[in-house]
Amino acid sequence: MSELTLQERRTAASVRLEWGLVALGVAALIAAPFFIYPIFVMKMLCFALFACAFNLLLGYTGLLSFGHATFFGGAAYFCAYAVKAWGWPPEAGILLGMGGAALLGLVMGFLAIRRQGIYFAMITLALAQMFYFFCVQAPFTEGEDGIQGVPRGSLFGIVDLNVTMNMYYVVLAIFLIGVFAIWRIVNSPFGMILRSIRENENRAISLGYSVGRYKLAAFVMSAALAGLAGATKAIVFQFATLTDVTWQMSGEVILMNLLGGIGTMVGPVVGAGLVVGLENTLATSGFPVTIATGLIFMVCVLVFRRGIVGEIYARWLAPAAAGRDR
Amino acid sequence: MTMIFGIPIQALLGQLLVGLINGSFYAMLSLGLAVIFGLLRIINFAHGALYMLGAFIGYLLLVHVGIGYWPALVLVPLAVGLFGMAVERAALSRLYRIDPLYGLLFTFGMALVIEGVFRFYYGVSGNPYAVPALLAGGTNLGFMFLPNYRGWVVLASLVVCIGTWLLIEKTRLGSYLRAATENPELVQAFGVNVPLLLTLTYGLGAALAGLAGILAAPVYQVSPLMGSDLIIVVFAVVVIGGMGSILGAIVTGYMLGLAEGLTKVFYPEASNLVVFVIMAIVLLLRPAGLFGRDA
Repeated sequence: MSELTLQERRTAASVRLEWGLVALGVAALIAAPFFIYPIFVMKMLCFALFACAFNLLLGYTGLLSFGHATFFGGAAYFCAYAVKAWGWPPEAGILLGMGGAALLGLVMGFLAIRRQGIYFAMITLALAQMFYFFCVQAPFTEGEDGIQGVPRGSLFGIVDLNVTMNMYYVVLAIFLIGVFAIWRIVNSPFGMILRSIRENENRAISLGYSVGRYKLAAFVMSAALAGLAGATKAIVFQFATLTDVTWQMSGEVILMNLLGGIGTMVGPVVGAGLVVGLENTLATSGFPVTIATGLIFMVCVLVFRRGIVGEIYARWLAPAAAGRDR
Repeated sequence: MTMIFGIPIQALLGQLLVGLINGSFYAMLSLGLAVIFGLLRIINFAHGALYMLGAFIGYLLLVHVGIGYWPALVLVPLAVGLFGMAVERAALSRLYRIDPLYGLLFTFGMALVIEGVFRFYYGVSGNPYAVPALLAGGTNLGFMFLPNYRGWVVLASLVVCIGTWLLIEKTRLGSYLRAATENPELVQAFGVNVPLLLTLTYGLGAALAGLAGILAAPVYQVSPLMGSDLIIVVFAVVVIGGMGSILGAIVTGYMLGLAEGLTKVFYPEASNLVVFVIMAIVLLLRPAGLFGRDA
């Protein structure tokens, strides 16, 4: 997918503008629960973090995983089970979910990086389907019902998460920490090597990087962060069900990235917001969600491959930066 | 009663037959995927949806028009093939110059739309499609009872697979096709209409999926979900076999169907998982796939 990633040329002015917009966005999120139904914003934030974690892999390493529902939904199951059956506090449950997702990521990544491109996508899809069948049959997931009535508990024994506003700011903090971690990874020397693999894998190999290890590391990180999102969602909604491990969920996170802009920091957040919002709207209208998502997929691939944020960059920000350089 | 490994031989053969039936569909679908991928470099995620479309067109022809199984066996692949060709002309042909992953994403969206439309109008419950009168009943083979229709499915799929293989390996059209797989520019320079060849290839792949669908209609229930569950298993089959060879796709399809059938006898809980486990093992031992040439 390298041909559509952005020319990363920035001037001081455009960087200042970007930081201004980010600050504005964070301020909006802090104020949001006073104006919008907080549960809905929390759902958006969980999916936005999920989409950003996915983007770390697709946008910055160039690997299309069709199995990320495994980490999102798997972590939700682990967290919900630990909190409900073992009585663990929520922070421990979320960490367990994250760790479990990282482990699943290690196994799936180890197998999938043995092939490239289209095969990589098919292998991750097949392994995710295997995990789905496992979840259908394993007793601890409680089958079709899922794990219901997970207590939210209190964070570190101090913050009562049953208070919606407390829960909201905890979710916002997790989201910001997660996105900050992704931003740091992407802009570190490690992240630069990931980008070089995305741009030209053979050249990265010839430069002496053990590409396989970097890909696997990126895969595990992406899985762990997707797990963070999934486990948090389990605490917010107090359940973990099969919906989150289906291949449709893996498709949904791809759509969020495609719609928002693959390989941009903000794109997946915008895409997640739009997809979750759209589903919320359609849920009451009677128009089937799958048809809408399918159509958006087709339109995005045919005419809109940069996504919304990618188009904004390419049309306004990048030309302005390039112009000033000359 | 004869026993093998503590299993009655009738049960064993019965499950092997079920495996062979499933394997027939795996083979026909992975064959179509391999044909399309060979020339178009697109993984057709919509293959399962086209298979479902085939079964549904057959069902609707029967219920609303009164056209029975035998004419449907010709009409359905024709209809699905034409639909595929229209899609290729309108959309897929625009995606050849960019990363093949976009083809996967586009056909994924297409699969969602086709499935969504049928779910919207027909719900998720299955609709039965009666076995044609000519093939009703069964034959006692002495050691087991073979329902006639199931025998026909195995036979028909073998004929279709071998026929497609012959078409590609032994005919002039097939030689153009193989040449265009190697070097489309050169073949075009020799005066072969390559864009038309691409359209026909996708049409052929779609028609194969549609044919598999109408063959499957009397075996499974005709339901909007029948394709999406199958396509992921078929992807695993394709990873195991490698898409380098047409014959490889066919053989792998049958083999995995049988492996699934055997698992159902000895360890039923794992029968959903066995194909994926085999895929993982093959990836560890032979990453390019059993018949794969590309690393």
